[in-house]
Amino acid sequence: MKFRVIHRTEYNYSEPVSLCHNEARLRPRSIGQQICNVSQIEIEPAPAAMSDRQDIFGNHVTYFSIQETHQQLVVTATSEVERGHHTLKPSSATPWEEASRVSREGVEPESRAVAQYLLDSPSVARSRELTEYAAPSFSPGRPVIEAAFDLCARIHRDFEFDPARTTVSTPLSEVLAHRAGVCQDFAHLAIGCLRSLALPARYVSGYLETVPPPGKPRLVGADASHAWLALYAPGAGWVELDPTNDQMPDERYVTIGWGRDYSDVAPFKGVIFGGGTHTLDVGVDMLRID
Amino acid sequence: MALNTADEGASPPFLSGYRPAGDAFDELYERDGTLRPHWEYLVHSVEALGAAEFDRRCAEGRRLLHESGATYTAYREPGRIELPWPLDPMPVVLPSDAWRTIEDGLLQRVELLEAVLADLYGPGRLIDEGLVPGSLVWGHEGFLRPCAGVRPIGGRHLPVYSADVARAPDGHFVALGDRAQAPSGSGYALQNRVVMSHVLPSIFRDSQVHRLRFYFRRLRATLFALSPRQDETPHIVFLTPGPGSETYFEHTYLANYLGCTLVQGDDLVVLDQQVWLRTLEGLRRVDVILRRVDGAYCDPLELRSDSLLGTPGLLQAARAGNVAIVNPLGCSAIENPGLMAFLPALARALLGQDLQLPSVRTWWCGDDQSRAYVLEHMNDLVIKPTTAHSSDVTVFGGRLDAVGRDRVRREILANPHLYVGQEYVPLSTTPVVVNGELEPRAMVIRAFVAADGGGGHTVMPGGLCRVAPDSSSPIVSNRFGGVSKDVWVLASEPARELDSIAVADRPLPVARGGLEVAGRVADNLFWVGRYAERVEVAARVLREVARHTREIELRPGDDPQLRTLLAVVTHVTASFPGFTATTAPGAEDTEQELLAILHDEKRVGSVRYNIRALQKAARSVRDQFSYDTWRVIGAIGDEMAALPSTYGDLAELERLLILLAAFGGLSADSMTRGPRWRFLEIGRCLERSLGLIATLRALRAAGAGDAEAPWQQILGFADSQTAYRRRYRSTPRTPLVLDLLIDDDSNPRSVVFQLLRMEALLQGLSSNAVAPTAEQKALRKAMKALQDGKRAPGSRHLDSELDGLLFHMQDRLTAISDQITQDYFRQPERPHLV
Repeated sequence: MKFRVIHRTEYNYSEPVSLCHNEARLRPRSIGQQICNVSQIEIEPAPAAMSDRQDIFGNHVTYFSIQETHQQLVVTATSEVERGHHTLKPSSATPWEEASRVSREGVEPESRAVAQYLLDSPSVARSRELTEYAAPSFSPGRPVIEAAFDLCARIHRDFEFDPARTTVSTPLSEVLAHRAGVCQDFAHLAIGCLRSLALPARYVSGYLETVPPPGKPRLVGADASHAWLALYAPGAGWVELDPTNDQMPDERYVTIGWGRDYSDVAPFKGVIFGGGTHTLDVGVDMLRID
Repeated sequence: MALNTADEGASPPFLSGYRPAGDAFDELYERDGTLRPHWEYLVHSVEALGAAEFDRRCAEGRRLLHESGATYTAYREPGRIELPWPLDPMPVVLPSDAWRTIEDGLLQRVELLEAVLADLYGPGRLIDEGLVPGSLVWGHEGFLRPCAGVRPIGGRHLPVYSADVARAPDGHFVALGDRAQAPSGSGYALQNRVVMSHVLPSIFRDSQVHRLRFYFRRLRATLFALSPRQDETPHIVFLTPGPGSETYFEHTYLANYLGCTLVQGDDLVVLDQQVWLRTLEGLRRVDVILRRVDGAYCDPLELRSDSLLGTPGLLQAARAGNVAIVNPLGCSAIENPGLMAFLPALARALLGQDLQLPSVRTWWCGDDQSRAYVLEHMNDLVIKPTTAHSSDVTVFGGRLDAVGRDRVRREILANPHLYVGQEYVPLSTTPVVVNGELEPRAMVIRAFVAADGGGGHTVMPGGLCRVAPDSSSPIVSNRFGGVSKDVWVLASEPARELDSIAVADRPLPVARGGLEVAGRVADNLFWVGRYAERVEVAARVLREVARHTREIELRPGDDPQLRTLLAVVTHVTASFPGFTATTAPGAEDTEQELLAILHDEKRVGSVRYNIRALQKAARSVRDQFSYDTWRVIGAIGDEMAALPSTYGDLAELERLLILLAAFGGLSADSMTRGPRWRFLEIGRCLERSLGLIATLRALRAAGAGDAEAPWQQILGFADSQTAYRRRYRSTPRTPLVLDLLIDDDSNPRSVVFQLLRMEALLQGLSSNAVAPTAEQKALRKAMKALQDGKRAPGSRHLDSELDGLLFHMQDRLTAISDQITQDYFRQPERPHLV
């Protein structure tokens, strides 16, 4: 499957902005199941300085600054990504308690690197409430992947998708209390549950194709960037899960990058001088090509 | 000399009360009670001075510290307070061989820690290979993920480093903590040395103490060498969080000593991935930043977005190699006590050596076995979080009750990787002067290390010693009232002039005029001028009231002149309603109100209020004042504190007025005639004319006409009595007084004199401009109004026409002040996150 993704971010300011510094994480990385052939970022007005790098997680970051006075900023990222068909659903008989022990002790070289995904991160703190919510899915001895998919199914069932209820800064405890949120909240929730049980989990930022195949229902999370998570299971590696749609991410998912939570992989952030109040308009188009 | 007359090893009387107790190592005495040889010269020399002379020297030391304004800021409920820097007059003496072990140990330690940082922010092999657990590093708030992959200039991850070193009971030294994030204290150490070498000059000279200044020369050479622009003289700035910072005194002191510009985060701006300093003349490129702002707060784009101290884009400028930040952002990853548990293995793996200066024994709770040990032996251990380094979160397990132990246990189990247990080391004791006698107190030495031009480092021979606040306390911290000491490292041979250091000071071109004044600095200087003048105006008018009532009763009801004068007090200090509320207050109320205008610092417009404001503004730009000027500013505050709080002593305002005159004289004599001086002077002129105008308008408001005005006192207030008397040799007559105070351009106290002076000062600020600036235009209008309103010399009266003119002038002058603020001091809008 080959996609062209056009991600357009538009800021309009009530007052002139004299200077801004920005970071965009909008270029999909090339990983096992996907290759990003083309990715370009257009910025209007033209930045005075611009520079690409990879962050500590290996994500592509574009830094730029605009030094001319402006009242509108438009950033358009266009990427072409080839996504391989997914193989079988990963399975592992490892009980979740054992998976937790292996990850925690970090004895295996490949499991050492996952230690940071066990710890609290800026937007996800482990808690007793999260442990309690996760408990029904994690009965003693249950295989870790099976338990995690069950957790995602329950989140899908118990929580209402409602963009009006949360913002990027709504704390997890509130999401849990109101039983509502968006893909970002559900990913954080599942990550928090897994980490509360000492299972490493990371946040994945990306896109999901929204054209429904014939006869299938339309998927939620349309026309915007999407978010899901991955669980580290010893022996199976990183296993992706999408609690928002209760499914395993397949060839319709394009990954931009990952981190401990949203704050590590926000698609766009900037610091501006001036500007007054602003409005933000984000549009994502994901087209199949060939 | 005393040294020769004392019996070997016998306890001098000076030390009769000195009794080291317990297991701790005593710096002064051997276990068998004999004086350690390296102390003999100091102890006997101090003894030879005699108690009275030694006391006098101690007092002299305190005076020196006070006058140089050496302070630190402590946080105590309900807020911050500024405390005098405490220095004990007995230095700690260390022989050269003992120091050599510390020095060698620190050199190895900094090399090791630099290699650790290079790996953590680079290839990450230490974690991959299991030498350092990931959660130890990744869970520590000093590890800044955005800094991964940033290669500091010259590959130097730790251009400066410091460590707290203590001596264990067996006489060996151990490191208690590693400091990389803006290590503080080296400036205080230098200040301590300056004071001690004044207080005990000959003892210091003859003791062959290693000098500290070479260390600072080395540091300065290193800062030069780190500049990304080697073809030009680097522009080095000292980044401070501001006057609210605990160690702000040290920031101003070191910035001056090292010749750096003192800046705050919003004085800097990043353009084209380079750092610039905003000045009144435009942007000036910055090459090296010596920072005292914590790394996480330095860049709201990539690091903490809630930081108000930062400069957006700073990390990107460092990443691009366009600025050297000392220390590089992210270095505080090594300020992690948990790391100490792994240093011996790391030294072997990275350097192929054993660790020479051991750390205090540490168990990191993220490791299952170590955690079990800590939980089991909590009573014998010190429990610390890995992230904070203030000692107020350190817990002595043995001092906890059952409830406390349970709480700590739960905290550790919830986040084991964030805690360590450490062995409790009884610190060595050293003599401290307490009430004229010597007492043993626990001590810690902070030692300082700076990179040299090659790949190595150099250690300051000496350091900052801090001692416990009382003889039973094991905690050493400034925050808890500990005292500091100078550290004398004795040279094994007469002090070598280590001047062979190739200091990279390039020849500097002659510089004239005042470049690079940040708007913030100009703003503060302008207000220093205004507040100084406000203090003077208020003090002068109060003095006139005191003079007037020296021989008569303070009963405004019976004395219309006094009533008018009191109205003037309220008007010029803007402390309404004050005396304008009631027409005839009783004697007691009058006294109370006058005292409040002098002493009540909560009362806007009071003398004390304005002195506080003056000190605050001056402190924000401390580095701009000469040593003498700063002493006078300090003395103004001292004088205020010393003023008696009874009405009869108002005449004591004399001394305050003399100090204010000294301040005016010093700024005239010692400030170069650049923009800094101009802004300060413009502030004074503005306030002086406003004060005089307020006085004249107050006369009218109080109902005084030509006949009733208390001109004697007003002339006294305006320091123009003598001028009037010499000119007219008569009792004051309204038109003549008004001419002298308003229109006489030869009287330095007149309104027109101030306006002409302001015009000249503004002219100097805008010498490049073709067209007159907005404030110049406003000033010309004000002067024209003054001339238009004057039909003939000596034709002014206290009437509504004059009042209208003065009102107009007041309005113009306020507009000029606003315009100056708008044109020169306007800070850029605070950046914010979108």
